[in-house]
Amino acid sequence: MAEQSKRSPLYTSATIDVADVVSRPALIIEPARGHFSLQLDRLWAYRELLYFLVWRDVKVRYKQTALGVAWVVLQPLLTTLIFTVLFGLLLKVPSGDMPYPVFALAGLIPWQYFAGALTRTSSSLVGNAHLITKVYFPRLIIPLTGVLSGLVDSAIGFVLLAALLVVYGIWPTAAILLLPAFLLLAMATALGFGLWLAALNVRYRDIGYLVPFLIQIWLYATPVAYGSTLIPERYRWLLGLNPMTGVVEGFRWALLGQEPPGRLFALSVTISVVVLLTGLVYFRRTERTFADVV
Amino acid sequence: MSDIAIRVENLSKRYEIGRAGTRHDTLRDALAGLFRREGRGRSETFWALRDVSFEVKRGEVVGIIGRNGAGKSTLLKVLSQITEPTGGRAEIHGRVGSLLEVGTGFHPELTGRENIYLNGAILGMRREEIARKFDEIVAFSEIEKFLDTPVKRYSSGMYVRLAFAVAAHLEPEILLVDEVLAVGDAAFQKKALGKMGDVVNEGRTVLFVSHNMDAVQRLCNRALLVANGRIITQGDVKTSIREYQREQLTVRNAFAWHDISQAQRTGSGDVKFSAVKLCGGSLPVDAIFTGGPLSVELDIVSKISTSVSSMAITVFTPNGTMLVNADTISQGKTFNLREGRTRVQFVVYALHLSPGTYNLGLWLANHPGIIHDRVPTAIQFEVVEYGQNNQPGVRVDGLVPCSFKVEALDFVPDGDE
Repeated sequence: MAEQSKRSPLYTSATIDVADVVSRPALIIEPARGHFSLQLDRLWAYRELLYFLVWRDVKVRYKQTALGVAWVVLQPLLTTLIFTVLFGLLLKVPSGDMPYPVFALAGLIPWQYFAGALTRTSSSLVGNAHLITKVYFPRLIIPLTGVLSGLVDSAIGFVLLAALLVVYGIWPTAAILLLPAFLLLAMATALGFGLWLAALNVRYRDIGYLVPFLIQIWLYATPVAYGSTLIPERYRWLLGLNPMTGVVEGFRWALLGQEPPGRLFALSVTISVVVLLTGLVYFRRTERTFADVV
Repeated sequence: MSDIAIRVENLSKRYEIGRAGTRHDTLRDALAGLFRREGRGRSETFWALRDVSFEVKRGEVVGIIGRNGAGKSTLLKVLSQITEPTGGRAEIHGRVGSLLEVGTGFHPELTGRENIYLNGAILGMRREEIARKFDEIVAFSEIEKFLDTPVKRYSSGMYVRLAFAVAAHLEPEILLVDEVLAVGDAAFQKKALGKMGDVVNEGRTVLFVSHNMDAVQRLCNRALLVANGRIITQGDVKTSIREYQREQLTVRNAFAWHDISQAQRTGSGDVKFSAVKLCGGSLPVDAIFTGGPLSVELDIVSKISTSVSSMAITVFTPNGTMLVNADTISQGKTFNLREGRTRVQFVVYALHLSPGTYNLGLWLANHPGIIHDRVPTAIQFEVVEYGQNNQPGVRVDGLVPCSFKVEALDFVPDGDE
């Protein structure tokens, strides 16, 4: 009934919407003051847009490729193969009590997720400049899209790993219940760095060149192809400075039941959290100029 | 307080130009800037909006007019929360929807169906809302057959129709619209304008930026004239439009070449009218006469080699009614333009216009869809009465004069039936 009267031209909106106006606080537009807010309520209100953007990302990514979704399978599969030959067979990198291919894939899943998410997120604002300059929505949605759309690929990675585990007759331990927590940590880490890089990229296009290089180096600094035990005890804390160490070791623990991550892990997680928080603050601080600068 | 929809107080927006932070800087520039003193250090500022204040009541439809760069779009961007104001404040009561462009976020790889959902979500519609209006949107866009084709295969006309259709079904309480009606071909523009009329009739509050004075006059209750970031006039539509036209009018003598490269216009810009000159035909006097010829010489600057199917000169009344449209498309003639400057001449053999002041508009497009250049008011000119046998006649009103004769046909004397 109310819906109908709203449509009718006979009613002027002044008569029907008063209650609505009183109940809804007015939208105030003014220069930002000092206080900081994440505006999670607005983010929630725009959750459908987030859903559609993630859906678009996933859909478009494989739409024009000849192999389509097969790429998601091939990528971790081939990398695992190369790692196994190079590090497992030739260099004989120790992989604990696990066969090397399983060990490598368990590390590659979070790594490839992170590398993909970071690449997409860091270029996300620049890539969606046409949206930013024409429509309002909480800008955080854009980097969040980059972080979420990669999860689909990871899911396929997990299926691959499950198959591999069956082949080797390995059963997961109770630690697998912690997998969601580590997945969340991987997302938080990717988002933290992604926020920084995305916001900086709006102003400095150098970031576009920096990221691929950064990811390449980062892979070597992360125990993906090797375990952290390979590093001499007294230098191991250096590895802990890399937040991805905690993520990868955590994944291996949860998926394969290898030894739980130790003190290194605490350091990694702390750094992830700090990067995420500062990233959020920096992003929100600079977001109001995105439309003017991008 | 309840009947105010938008209240704007001293709203200002400053842009910094010619300094680090404007566009696509590199880290190198930023680093170099630390060591260099002159040049980069000084920032030039530009006020796109300066102390703008106004109020819009619920259900009001307010037009915002002004030249390009006057600050109209910046105003909408600030009210849409796309960019933050430098000073002042605005209060908005009610759900806002803004349409600064049609087809925002369309993805070429996705199908028409998929893009309807995506674009709807970007414009702030809920999924069930889009689902509910889906059929209506498709019907309005007239692309039923291509719903599952990726939009990259669409013609530009289809693309624009679909984009407008989605936008037109946005139903916020307060609608902020930038020049979105200037899309598609004439028939579709008419349809788009009709849809805007419906929106207005539903009693929604609308802020409407447009260069189409006819549309503003038809749709709006009030109009704000903006120039150099300030509001010059706010009041009834007629006053604001008249003021706008006076401001537009920088040229007086229409019988000399006029540079119109900076004129108010819309279009792709690949091909542009750069100068215009009127001639009265063979008469020795610089004037356009009622019933006499009108000849217009035009310089066209093209950045591309193309052929245009629709080139036109149009004559408008000062309040924007189109009276004459001499369009090459009606003769099925295509004009080939090469990169560079081309001079063309239009000759209207007889211009049946009553004495008065008229605006000459120019139009260059490739049917369908691509508007290269549209200049609503290139110059203004005067039509004068020359009269029968070169004698000034008695002035009568009526926009279009006609040649006529009158004679008695029959006579029946009184009381003869």
